[in-house]
Amino acid sequence: MTASRVAESLLALSQQEELVDLPKNHPLSVSEDEEDSDRERKHQKLLEAISSLDGKNRRKVAERSEAGLKVSEFNVSSEGSGEKLVLADLLEPAKTSSSPSLATVKKQLNRVKSKKTVRLPLHKEEVERILRELAFNKTSQVLSKWDPIVLKNRQANQLVFPLEKEQSAFAPIEHVLSGWTARTLLEQKVFNLLHKNKQPVTDHFLTPMEKASLKAMSLEEAKMHQAELQRARALQSYYEARAQREKKIKSKKYHKIVKKEKAKKALKAFEQLGKVNPTVALEKLEKARIMERMSLKHQNSGKWAKSKVIMAKYDLEAHQAMQEQLSKNKELMQKLQIALESEEEERGPEEVEELLIPGVVNKVQMNADGPNPWMLSSCTQDSREAETHEDLEELPEPVAHEVSESEVDEGPVAEEEILLKEFEEWRSLRRRSELSQDAELVGSQETKESSSQEKLSELRAPSQRFKENHQSWKPKASPTGTVPQAHREEPSLEEEEPLLLQRPKRVQTLEELEELEKEECSQSQEFFRPGLEGQQLERNPNNLSNAPKEKKKKEQMLDLQNLLTTKSPSVRSLAVPTTLKEVDDEEERDQKQMIKEAFAGDDVIKDFLKEKRDTIEASKSKDMDLTLPGWGKWGGMGLKPSAKKRRHFLIKAPGPPRKDKNFPNVIINEKRNIHAAAHQVQVLPYPFTHHSQFERTVQTPIGSTWNTQRAFQKLTTPKVVTKPGHIIKPIKAEDVGYWSSSRSDLSVMQRYPKQLSMSHKKQLKKNSVD
Amino acid sequence: MSRPRRTNFRPKNTHILKKSRISKKLQVPKKPRERKNPESQRSLSGAQDPFPGPAPVPVDVVQKFCRIDKSKKLPRCRSKTRNRLKVAETEEEETSVTAARSELLLAEEPGFLEGEDGEDTAKILQADIVEAVDIASAAKHFDLNLRQFGPYRVNYSRTGRHLAFGGRRGHVAALDWVTKKLMCEINVMEAVRDIRFLHSEALLAVAQNRWLYIYDNQGIELHCIRRCDRVTRLEFLPFHFLLATASETGFLTYLDVSVGKIVAALNARAGRLDVMTQNPYNAVIHLGHSNGTVSLWSPAVKEPLVKILCHRGGVRAVAVDSTGTYMATSGLDHQLKIFDLRGTYQPLRARTLPQGAGHLAFSQRGLLAAGMGDVVNIWAGHGKASLPSLEQPYLTHRLSGPVHGLQFCPFEDVLGLGHSGGITSMLVPGSAEPNFDGLESNPYRSRKQRQEWEVKALLEKVPAELICLDPRALAEVDVISLEQKKKERIERLGYDPEAKTPFQPKPKQKGRSSTASLVKRKRKVMDKEHRDKVRQSLEQQQQQQEQQQQQQHKQEKAKPMRARPSALDRFVR
Repeated sequence: MTASRVAESLLALSQQEELVDLPKNHPLSVSEDEEDSDRERKHQKLLEAISSLDGKNRRKVAERSEAGLKVSEFNVSSEGSGEKLVLADLLEPAKTSSSPSLATVKKQLNRVKSKKTVRLPLHKEEVERILRELAFNKTSQVLSKWDPIVLKNRQANQLVFPLEKEQSAFAPIEHVLSGWTARTLLEQKVFNLLHKNKQPVTDHFLTPMEKASLKAMSLEEAKMHQAELQRARALQSYYEARAQREKKIKSKKYHKIVKKEKAKKALKAFEQLGKVNPTVALEKLEKARIMERMSLKHQNSGKWAKSKVIMAKYDLEAHQAMQEQLSKNKELMQKLQIALESEEEERGPEEVEELLIPGVVNKVQMNADGPNPWMLSSCTQDSREAETHEDLEELPEPVAHEVSESEVDEGPVAEEEILLKEFEEWRSLRRRSELSQDAELVGSQETKESSSQEKLSELRAPSQRFKENHQSWKPKASPTGTVPQAHREEPSLEEEEPLLLQRPKRVQTLEELEELEKEECSQSQEFFRPGLEGQQLERNPNNLSNAPKEKKKKEQMLDLQNLLTTKSPSVRSLAVPTTLKEVDDEEERDQKQMIKEAFAGDDVIKDFLKEKRDTIEASKSKDMDLTLPGWGKWGGMGLKPSAKKRRHFLIKAPGPPRKDKNFPNVIINEKRNIHAAAHQVQVLPYPFTHHSQFERTVQTPIGSTWNTQRAFQKLTTPKVVTKPGHIIKPIKAEDVGYWSSSRSDLSVMQRYPKQLSMSHKKQLKKNSVD
Repeated sequence: MSRPRRTNFRPKNTHILKKSRISKKLQVPKKPRERKNPESQRSLSGAQDPFPGPAPVPVDVVQKFCRIDKSKKLPRCRSKTRNRLKVAETEEEETSVTAARSELLLAEEPGFLEGEDGEDTAKILQADIVEAVDIASAAKHFDLNLRQFGPYRVNYSRTGRHLAFGGRRGHVAALDWVTKKLMCEINVMEAVRDIRFLHSEALLAVAQNRWLYIYDNQGIELHCIRRCDRVTRLEFLPFHFLLATASETGFLTYLDVSVGKIVAALNARAGRLDVMTQNPYNAVIHLGHSNGTVSLWSPAVKEPLVKILCHRGGVRAVAVDSTGTYMATSGLDHQLKIFDLRGTYQPLRARTLPQGAGHLAFSQRGLLAAGMGDVVNIWAGHGKASLPSLEQPYLTHRLSGPVHGLQFCPFEDVLGLGHSGGITSMLVPGSAEPNFDGLESNPYRSRKQRQEWEVKALLEKVPAELICLDPRALAEVDVISLEQKKKERIERLGYDPEAKTPFQPKPKQKGRSSTASLVKRKRKVMDKEHRDKVRQSLEQQQQQQEQQQQQQHKQEKAKPMRARPSALDRFVR
């Protein structure tokens, strides 16, 4: 025991030596008689310092010329030797001496030596931080499980508490009706009928299949199954990730090793195959030979090989590589004489043929004795491909051949594809050219792809097209008789056109329909047309800008008069109202009225127009006139700023146009109804950002006046339903179909944070860095 | 009746020509809910449901109940909002489908009158109709000869069961006109201008020479409302419990009959008011004036909501159809016009009548009746709530005296006419809605049911200030105050909390977060936004251009038709 303690102390000493740069120049014990030497040392130090100022040889190794003066019983110093004190030096005598008492010490020493030094423990704060991070990650992971449930509950129309539902127990009817028998006459009759038709009455109510389906999976089983599936998926993903990682490795050495390993494996597999099924193995070899003969892979004709040929003169390695290639070729080309000798003899004439006919054909004849090799070539290809799939892992080198060959085989297919592609391109090109010519297709996707300028042109295109349509339509539409015919032609035209253009067209047709109707129903309507036309003229801004204001007003007047003085045909009614006793009086009155009307008519219109003008003026917010008469001009009497300037400095009042702008016979009050506005919604509720969105959600009335009883009940279901007298417990994992699993480990972590292993911490750190 | 005539007319309750409610061609493409496990759904006997899933519903009927205008494009919204919108849309679809399903319960068909080839239905006399229909319907045609107390005004109660009439010379009576049971009959010893039932048949408002009186169904005077004096016309708004009165002094007064307060007294500033009607769709009052205008009023606004110049002479009668789409007016210029009330207020049809119509009324299904002297003409459209064509009258009837008041009876194919010779109840096949809502206005209700309904109706009373032109506008957000509040909030906070934060590129590693690349990324986003804006404006421009072109097109089409009148025009009546 004592020995071990000594060793430990020694070890500690050595460590101290290593770790802490001992203050060499301050020996721990300074006796009085050593004052001289001390002074000397100081002097030496000073000299050293001065010499070190020189810069060239700052570190001068102190030479030890005499025995060390500073020997203390407490400490060992190596001053002057220029070397560190090593434990081994100190222990030299212990090693050499073969005293039995020191044997244990030696052992312990060895053990101590073999141990690596312990790493410095992390800072307390750092540990805490890591733990915090870990805890946070864990908790957030655990909690994130609940996210979908929370979301679902938030969006749910109705929540019912308490949550746990009693599973409705399935009770087959025969259990319920076990004690029940048919008693009354009617029941007996019914049962008789059922018996006659061989319907199940009590037992065998469910077929075995139904029973099985009922029992098929309990919840637990389903969960287990799901977990298994999950695990399999995880494994697969791990595997994929690993493959990806390995694929990315760029180290040549690694790949060399991998390749070698593979080759070894393949060789082993081949040997085994040779033992188990020699014929197949031989066939494989044969095939490899054939492939080699067909390919130029090892003939030193590739790019790499050619470069090596050039280098070979000077570079030994290149030379060797070339040689290797050739030797490989030879090796592969070698015929297996031993095994195949007998077969060769049998196939003498065929060999002659082999020289003349390409390998593929040969192969076919070898495999199947079909009459026409060319017909079978494709199927053999297939079979060969299948074989390659089998061989993939067993024979690496032939596989490579195979692959290359299969690529060649796929050549024609690829060519076809290329052809197809070209065809497609050509088609799209033609389409584009069509586009540019007709400017017909304005697909939204195309607009996205094409550049902005193209977009502009494309956007303009439909309008142009529309104009063209109009022009084409004019002659058809103008004579009233042909309108129906034109209408009949409409659908076929529509079909030809792309989707986007259909809308305006359809509108046209609708209008035409309306007009047709109008024509049919009454001619008195036509008298209103001038009025309507006037309105349309007004609506058209081009006309507005052209026509002077006064003229427009006159038009309005005319419009009104047209509106009011339409001479619609009078009714030739069957029953003309007869006049009674007061005939004369009434007639007189009527005539008076007529006269009055004739004179007052204009006044009515004028008054109305004036009223309208006044109201418009009153309601209009004034324009701001910022003209300064005389600004930028020579001043003087009667100066008036030019119209251009006035226009320039006039700031128009904002606001939408009046609703009755186009209707001369109407004055619509634009004032806001404050009383009604008080009942309107004034604050947008939370998830809505625009009032139109909210308005859409409140469009449908929910009252029972507008809905059926059931719809009303559904619309007014309470958001939360609780059962009276039941405690509402917080939601549990079991309620929503989760296991209560990963919670526990988290709690463990939180309870014993200090018991984390070092490796765990490292991992943690890595994670946190990532 | 001189010659035998074969005509087909069906009053309300006969079922000959059935217009099938469920159309055969248009079916809702709603997938019949596919059952997950057909095995388990199979019945015990092994029989399968030949019509699995819910029954199909015709699309057009469903469309009728859809209220969300999906053509309006919404601004981009976040996923939460989108979720809410989706929920609202599915709710609407479900409710409209259930409503369409319940249409099946509307079993009654409207009646109609159909002439044989080339026969004019207007030539069919009431006597012919009475002869053809069943006894119960025939009993609905009757005449009351009341020559003593002058021309009569008539009014039916909301259920269509009771009739009240008041003679110019003070005769006021109310009766259950189906059973002909008299409820009360009094003489108020004063000129009666107008008479109207209040929310139920138990209360009766009578506009007398000086003041407005309210009687109960026993003829007992309950109230004399002196604030409404010299009332000429009465109108009752059933959902608001408002009695609107138009007076000689030019005031339009709203009286809340549930609390007995005057809600609003509006001065129309147009002299004597004696033409008034209500729009049943939005409870707006239409007043006709002597200067040829019709003004629309709401108690919440002091000025007319709309003023329409309809006639050159004074307006004699106004009527609005039950859907609030059309307004018929007749004026001193002998014209009868039908206006569109859906925002444009333009005349759709017009025609000159020999003497002009003094009284107008729309039926529930959109028939228009006009009283001209002692003749009543009725025009019909092509379907429910369609515009009546003024070409050919559907029915005509001559009375023993000039018409003084007329109203279609709700839920019965009957037109009540008050004239100087008394009261005439006239059969007009197809005028009324065949199916009534038993909870809303039940003609067969008992006293208890009426009381029950009264309580409910009072609970659901609509405040007077909610009367506006577009009642659906109340479901819209008050944008002005919304913006005002927003502005105030921004001022209070000092910044706009909802403002879009400028794009801040995310820091990236491996030297890709250099200043230049940051700027580049910012520029990219900015450019994209700009491009979007430009694209939008371009689209708008294009749309405008299209509209213009359409208008031009219309004009071009309209012009030549006017330019070349047909030679046959002169023969047009």
